[in-house]
Amino acid sequence: MSAALPQDGGRGTQAGRAAWSADAPLIEHRSLASEIWRRFRQDRFAVAGLVVIVLLVAVAVLAPWIAPHDPTKQYDEGLTAQGMPVGPSSQFWLGTDTLGRDLFSRLLYGARVSLVVGVFANGFALLLGVIFGLVAGYFRGWVETLLMRATDVMMAFPIYLLAVALVAVLKPSIWILILVIGIVYWTPMTRVIHGEVLSIREKEFVDAARLTGCSDARILVRHILPHLVAVILVYTSLGLATTILFEATLSYIGLGVQPPTPSWGQMISEGQPYYLSAPHLVLYPGLAIMITVLAFNLVGDGLRDAFDPQQRRR
Amino acid sequence: MSAPAPAGTRPAAGPGDEPLVQVEDLRVHFPITSGIVFQRRVGAVRAVDGVTFAIRRGETLGLVGESGCGKSTTGRAILQLVRPTGGRVLYEGHDLGALRGGALRRRRRRMQMIFQDPYASLNSRMTVGDIIAEPLLVHRLGTKEERRRRVRELLETVGINPNTVNRYPHEFSGGQRQRIGIARALAVEPNFIVCDEPISALDVSIRAQIINLLQQLQREFGLTYLFIAHDLSVVRHISDRVAVMYLGRVVELAANELLYGEPLHPYTQALLSAVPVPDPEAEERRRPIVLHGDVPSPVDPPPGCHFHPRCPAAEPGLCDVADPPLREARPGHLVACHLVTADAYPRLQAGDDDTVVVAGKEAT
Repeated sequence: MSAALPQDGGRGTQAGRAAWSADAPLIEHRSLASEIWRRFRQDRFAVAGLVVIVLLVAVAVLAPWIAPHDPTKQYDEGLTAQGMPVGPSSQFWLGTDTLGRDLFSRLLYGARVSLVVGVFANGFALLLGVIFGLVAGYFRGWVETLLMRATDVMMAFPIYLLAVALVAVLKPSIWILILVIGIVYWTPMTRVIHGEVLSIREKEFVDAARLTGCSDARILVRHILPHLVAVILVYTSLGLATTILFEATLSYIGLGVQPPTPSWGQMISEGQPYYLSAPHLVLYPGLAIMITVLAFNLVGDGLRDAFDPQQRRR
Repeated sequence: MSAPAPAGTRPAAGPGDEPLVQVEDLRVHFPITSGIVFQRRVGAVRAVDGVTFAIRRGETLGLVGESGCGKSTTGRAILQLVRPTGGRVLYEGHDLGALRGGALRRRRRRMQMIFQDPYASLNSRMTVGDIIAEPLLVHRLGTKEERRRRVRELLETVGINPNTVNRYPHEFSGGQRQRIGIARALAVEPNFIVCDEPISALDVSIRAQIINLLQQLQREFGLTYLFIAHDLSVVRHISDRVAVMYLGRVVELAANELLYGEPLHPYTQALLSAVPVPDPEAEERRRPIVLHGDVPSPVDPPPGCHFHPRCPAAEPGLCDVADPPLREARPGHLVACHLVTADAYPRLQAGDDDTVVVAGKEAT
């Protein structure tokens, strides 16, 4: 920081005025976004995570152009004489799967499903959770009773059974999958946010905001929401891993992404019976999931610190 | 943007003037409920139980009492931060209790508050500049450039370097944060400020500075204060009139000199006798009046005078039956005690071994 803070000396208003020249240059009032970005950049791990995410998105978008093979084509040379998948070679960089399809190409295409499901399902759960949690915690009264008891009821359902039932009734597709995962995962988010809001709304700065004339909406967005950032980011980066795996589970029992469209979860479940003879079938999609989750976690951590002014210098 | 009033004006509070704030039979009862879905009301904490007073333009009304007597709740209820259960609050003649939403926000613009805890009262996620600019922003005052200048001006007014607008509250000391809170309160040009124990959380060395700042601002902008505190000597220093609260009620209200000079209510006498004297020799001779027992629970206050179970002068059959009204027992000296008459009042004196002798009671 540039100028040293003035000592809290015994000057009153008149003396106070004399301490700074009236026409000293105005310090530029930095915007919140630029301030957060400035702090985010200082965190090398978070930037690395962001780079990985950008790469993943690029791969998902550009899969048709960068994939060396058609991910659904079954190659005769992709299987050994005994019908086993082949290992890495110059033709199949990461080997093939049990049907002789190119694993690397399937991995690239699989990024599309996993990312879309992970991000959108989480975003949907986050949206519902934050809105319900904020409204219930801030306005209290019957709104709170209604929302929180509804959350309890939702949580009482076995989530897999609920998801299976919903997908079975509706036609399985990636968007139905996102909807289902979102509906299943908004409840813990709502509870966590609700609890946080209950404690923050009693702080004096909320009273101060009310007195200065802020509307309820402004208090919620400007004064309460920023204090929830840490909780939301931690919860979301954890939720992302769960969602990607949840998609895998549903795809495994045939209720998720329909074959032959590849998804990482589906690839793991298909390769699972052969994990001794052909470990690469589960290894690479597993690594892909791990790297994705790690990248989101790093970015989440970085954002949390960037949003917290007290963490700025490390 | 100009100052709300020319510097140096402090309207004399004559008896004919309309009070700025009138509090009439204010009650705040917090319900105690049981049950989860269908909540039943099983009782209430009577935090404020029938408080009446008026605050004149330009004066400082001190509000004192021990912890839990309802003085902070009274301040919050006046500003409608806590909605009163009963009674009225008139600000410039308008009933605030009848206002909702935007109407309340606009009316309340000229009423602000300075909070006790300078750490909890500033949003730690906002820069100092944003904190002080927010009131201007939400009331749509000025352009962006004007607001920026005004923030700078306000920071200078409270004695903070205006080049700190991009800093966060945690980078400041307690006293500086309290100054920032004061700047925020001043931003919308209020004429009435509730100071809710503004110095209790501060270092002793900083207190005098904040008190001086508050007094300077009062002179400069013609502010009216409700000064809530439990530090009796500070209240004596800053107030024009003082109200003493006990268990949700005002027991005595008088001009500074009257109240500190000749306290009429037994509780006030006990309270004042507890104040240490700076002179060591006088302090040596000081004999505090020690009251026995604890403050009763505001859930179930005693019948009659709330103070009678602890009052050495209480008369059975009178004090434990009838509520003493707050009345003008001497000119300009309001007291809520049955035993105060036109020419006599129960005078408490500390006896030996923490006993209390009541003098002057015979005269009644």
